[in-house]
Amino acid sequence: MKKFSTKCLTGALVFLPIPAYAMHITEGILPPAWAGLWWAVAVVFVFFGIRQVDRRKKEVEGYLPLLGIAGSAVFVLSCFPIPVPITGTCSHPAGTGMSAVLLGPFASVLVASVGLLIQALFMAHGGLTTLGGNILSMGVAGSFAGWIFFKGGRKVGLSLFAAGFAAGFAADIFTYLTTSVELGLALHGAHPLTEVITKIFVAFLPTQGPLAVLEGVVTGGLIRYVHQHRPEILVRMGVVKTVQPVQPV
Amino acid sequence: MVRIATWLLLTLLWMGIFMPVFAADWAGVDETVVEHYAEEYGRSARDPYINTDQGDLLLFVFTLAGAAGGFIAGYNWRKFFVEEGKGESRKGEVHA
Repeated sequence: MKKFSTKCLTGALVFLPIPAYAMHITEGILPPAWAGLWWAVAVVFVFFGIRQVDRRKKEVEGYLPLLGIAGSAVFVLSCFPIPVPITGTCSHPAGTGMSAVLLGPFASVLVASVGLLIQALFMAHGGLTTLGGNILSMGVAGSFAGWIFFKGGRKVGLSLFAAGFAAGFAADIFTYLTTSVELGLALHGAHPLTEVITKIFVAFLPTQGPLAVLEGVVTGGLIRYVHQHRPEILVRMGVVKTVQPVQPV
Repeated sequence: MVRIATWLLLTLLWMGIFMPVFAADWAGVDETVVEHYAEEYGRSARDPYINTDQGDLLLFVFTLAGAAGGFIAGYNWRKFFVEEGKGESRKGEVHA
């Protein structure tokens, strides 16, 4: 019990965020038509997320505890502002690359949606009208980019760490790219769309680039850790096909 | 590799926490990018429907959320990696 409490306390302290605004699109910024459209798109992905969780919890032993770990990690990471001294600003990782690799991309959309909803309701972080847009960028784009880059990386022979790094990095970058596209589409007016999207995305990069690298390292490191200590979990989750010896990075 | 990752992580943490730079205000990118460009193109943010950004209330909410998230992660981590791990090794002993 003592060890258990220590682990929980350590987890809480490690992940403890400090209050600050971070990345999500703030309440009121998206015009109603765009907010409604992104809501509609997000609902479809959340529906498939619920179905994926429902199916996999019956098929895969231990899926729910892993859902708990990944869900809470995504929630905490996505409200955990990290200072980037190059720019003197803060932003946060997404965590959806890691959850997509471990849980599946649709389930990852679901856990991101729950986290974003809590943040929008109680933490003055994001917004209810912009929730659909935020689910689409962090949940959908982050999860699918992470999952595709991980699978693609493994197909071309990358080690678990390298493929995990690619997943974390891509999840972060694609989240912000999608946010830029959403903002560009909604706000460009008479200005050229690509110019506005590029301008916003480029403005994100100095802060988000270093964090994407950090997120890549954490995601790759976590997947490698699980592979070293409990490789059968990755087999069970369909991340690797068989229990293999740990590869050199 | 783990050592390299640890050093990289520590370096980034050090850069982030202990190296103050030119008049940084450490604002979030929602303020410096999202709201900045939204205003430039004619939209502005409004207060959230439930506004917890008042005094230390937001600090309380974030602390509570961090503690709850950490607890859930820790609880499931133990369940998954410690308790199940023991079960697996017991199964291994039986089969061995």
